[in-house]
Amino acid sequence: MKFLAYLVSGISLGSIYAIIALGYTMVYGIAKMLNFAHGDVIMVGGYISYIAASNLGLPPLISVLLAMAVCTVLGITIEALAYRPLRSAPKLAVLITAIGVSYFLQNSALLIFGANPKAYSPVVSGTLQLFGGQLSVSYVSLLTVACCIVIMVGLTLFTGRTRMGKAMRACSEDKGAAQLMGINVNRTISLTFAIGSALAAVAGALLCSFSPTLMPTTGSMPGIKAFTAAVFGGIGSIPGAFLGGILLGVIESLAKAYISTQLSNSIVFAVLIVILLVRPAGLLGKHTQEKV
Amino acid sequence: MMLKAEDLNVYYGPIHAVKGVSFEVREGEIVTLIGANGAGKSTTLKTLSGLMRSRGGKIEFMDKSIASTAPHKIVELGLAQVPEGRRIFTRMTVEENLDMGAFIKKNANVEADKERVFEQFPRLKERRKQIAGTLSGGEQQMLAMGRALMSDPKLLMLDEPSMGLAPILVEQVFDIISELHKAGTTILLVEQNAEMALSIADRAYVMETGRITLSGTGKELAASEEVQKAYLGG
Ligand SMILES: Nc1ncnc2c1ncn2[C@@H]1O[C@H](COP(=O)(O)OP(=O)(O)O)[C@@H](O)[C@H]1O
Ligand SMILES: [Mg+2]
Repeated sequence: MKFLAYLVSGISLGSIYAIIALGYTMVYGIAKMLNFAHGDVIMVGGYISYIAASNLGLPPLISVLLAMAVCTVLGITIEALAYRPLRSAPKLAVLITAIGVSYFLQNSALLIFGANPKAYSPVVSGTLQLFGGQLSVSYVSLLTVACCIVIMVGLTLFTGRTRMGKAMRACSEDKGAAQLMGINVNRTISLTFAIGSALAAVAGALLCSFSPTLMPTTGSMPGIKAFTAAVFGGIGSIPGAFLGGILLGVIESLAKAYISTQLSNSIVFAVLIVILLVRPAGLLGKHTQEKV
Repeated sequence: MMLKAEDLNVYYGPIHAVKGVSFEVREGEIVTLIGANGAGKSTTLKTLSGLMRSRGGKIEFMDKSIASTAPHKIVELGLAQVPEGRRIFTRMTVEENLDMGAFIKKNANVEADKERVFEQFPRLKERRKQIAGTLSGGEQQMLAMGRALMSDPKLLMLDEPSMGLAPILVEQVFDIISELHKAGTTILLVEQNAEMALSIADRAYVMETGRITLSGTGKELAASEEVQKAYLGG
C-alpha cells in the first residue's frame, strides 16, 4: 500500500512536469529553440493567481484563468521582443537570450514581490481516503492528473484536427514550405508561445498547491526537470512530453522513497542518460534534419 | 501583365546569386527559365515568393508591387510555388498536405477542391490517409503539385518538377503541366531538362551564373545554336 502511495504521488508530480514539458516541447518543435524562461513563466503564473486569490479575494478558478491570461500575454511579448529579432541568429545567441529572459523575470519578481516566500493557498483542499483509510490521495493530486489528461487530449486533438494545429505541425517540419502554403509563420509561433505560457500558468497554480511556498525562484527547478522530461520523451513530441513527465515524476518519487532523498535528482538524470544512450532521440522522438 | 520582375539582385551573404535579372510572364503563358545547376533559378523563384529579398529592383504581380509583401500574403494574391525538392510535409498524411495547400481558404469547404486534385492525380486518392513521407518520388511530386493547386493559383511556379524522376514519370509531369495550362493556369517553369521545357513553353529565358543571357520563344531557343550546344547536347 505504501508503494501505491508513492506511485500516486509520483504520477501527480509527473503530471505537473508533463504540463510544463508540453510547453517546452511545443515551442522547441516549432521555434527550434529551448525557451529557458519557460520555468519562470510558471512562477509568474503562481504570483498572479496568488494575488488574485489572496489579495483580491477572487475564487480559485477565476484566479487561475486570470493567471493564464496574463501569462499568455507575457509569452507572446517575450517571443516578439526577445526571440523574434533573433529568428535567423545562431542558436547559441538565442539560448543566451533565453537565459537572460529567465533572469529578467526572476529579478523583476524579486523587485515587485520581494524575496520572502508567500504562502500559497491550494486551489482545492482535502483528501480522499481509499481502502478504509490505508491510502489517502489529496484532491490536488486528482485535479492535477485530471488537468494533465485533459490538456494532453486537447492538444492532441488541436494539432491533429484543426487548421491552425496542422499549420503548427507544418511549421515545425518546414517553415519555408509552410510559408509557400500561405501560413503566417510568425503568427503560428506566437500562438505556440501563447498556448505554452497559458499551460505554464496552470502548472504554476498546481505546483504551488502542492508545495505552497512561492518565491521568485520557484519555477527554476521544476522548469529544468520538465525540460529533462521533454528530452526523455523526445523533444518536439507531444505524447513524448506526457510520457516523459509522468516517468520522471514516478522515478523521482520512488527513488526518494526507496533509495535516497538526496540522490533522487541524480538518479533521475542517470536514468535520462541511459535512455538517451539507447535512444538518442528520446522515447518517442524522431530524428529529423532541418531544411532551410 | 501577370508578373514583371525588374533588375533583381539577390545575395547569400557575400555571394551575389542573382545579378540584375529582369523578365516577365503574361497571362495564359507557359514561360520557362532554364540553366545549369547553380545559375540562380531557384533563388529567383524564392525571391518572387518573398522567401528572399532583392536589393532594389521591382516585382509586380497583377500590377501590384510585391517586392516587400510577406510570403503568406503573396500566396493569398494567387502566386503559388512548387519548390525544388518537393518539400512536402513528410510527417503528415497526403490529405493533410492538401489541407495545408488550401490554408488560405480559411474555413471554406475544400472537399470539392480535393476531389478536383484527386481527379488529376488518382494515385493520391488511393493514398489519401498515407503518411506523405512514405510515398515514392513520383507520387511526392504529384502531391507537391496537387498541394499547390489547392490554393487556386493564378500563376503557378514550378522549380524542377522533373528532378530525380524516371523518364516515364517526367513525361507524366509535363503532361500534367500542359493540362493545367490548358485549364487556364499561367505557368513559370524552372527546369534543367531544357528539351522538355522548351517543347511546351511559349517563351523561355536562359540563365547563366546569375544573369539572363538569352530569351525568345520556346521554338526559337530550341533552334538556337548556343542553346543546342550548352543544353541540348547538339
Ligand atoms: N543557402 C545558400 N547559401 C549560400 N549560397 C547559396 C545558397 N543557396 C544557393 N546558393 C548559391 O547561389 C547560387 C544560385 O543557386 P540556385 O539559385 O540554387 O541555383 P539553381 O537553382 O539555378 O541551381 C549558387 O552559386 C549557389 O551556390
Ligand atoms: Mg535550383
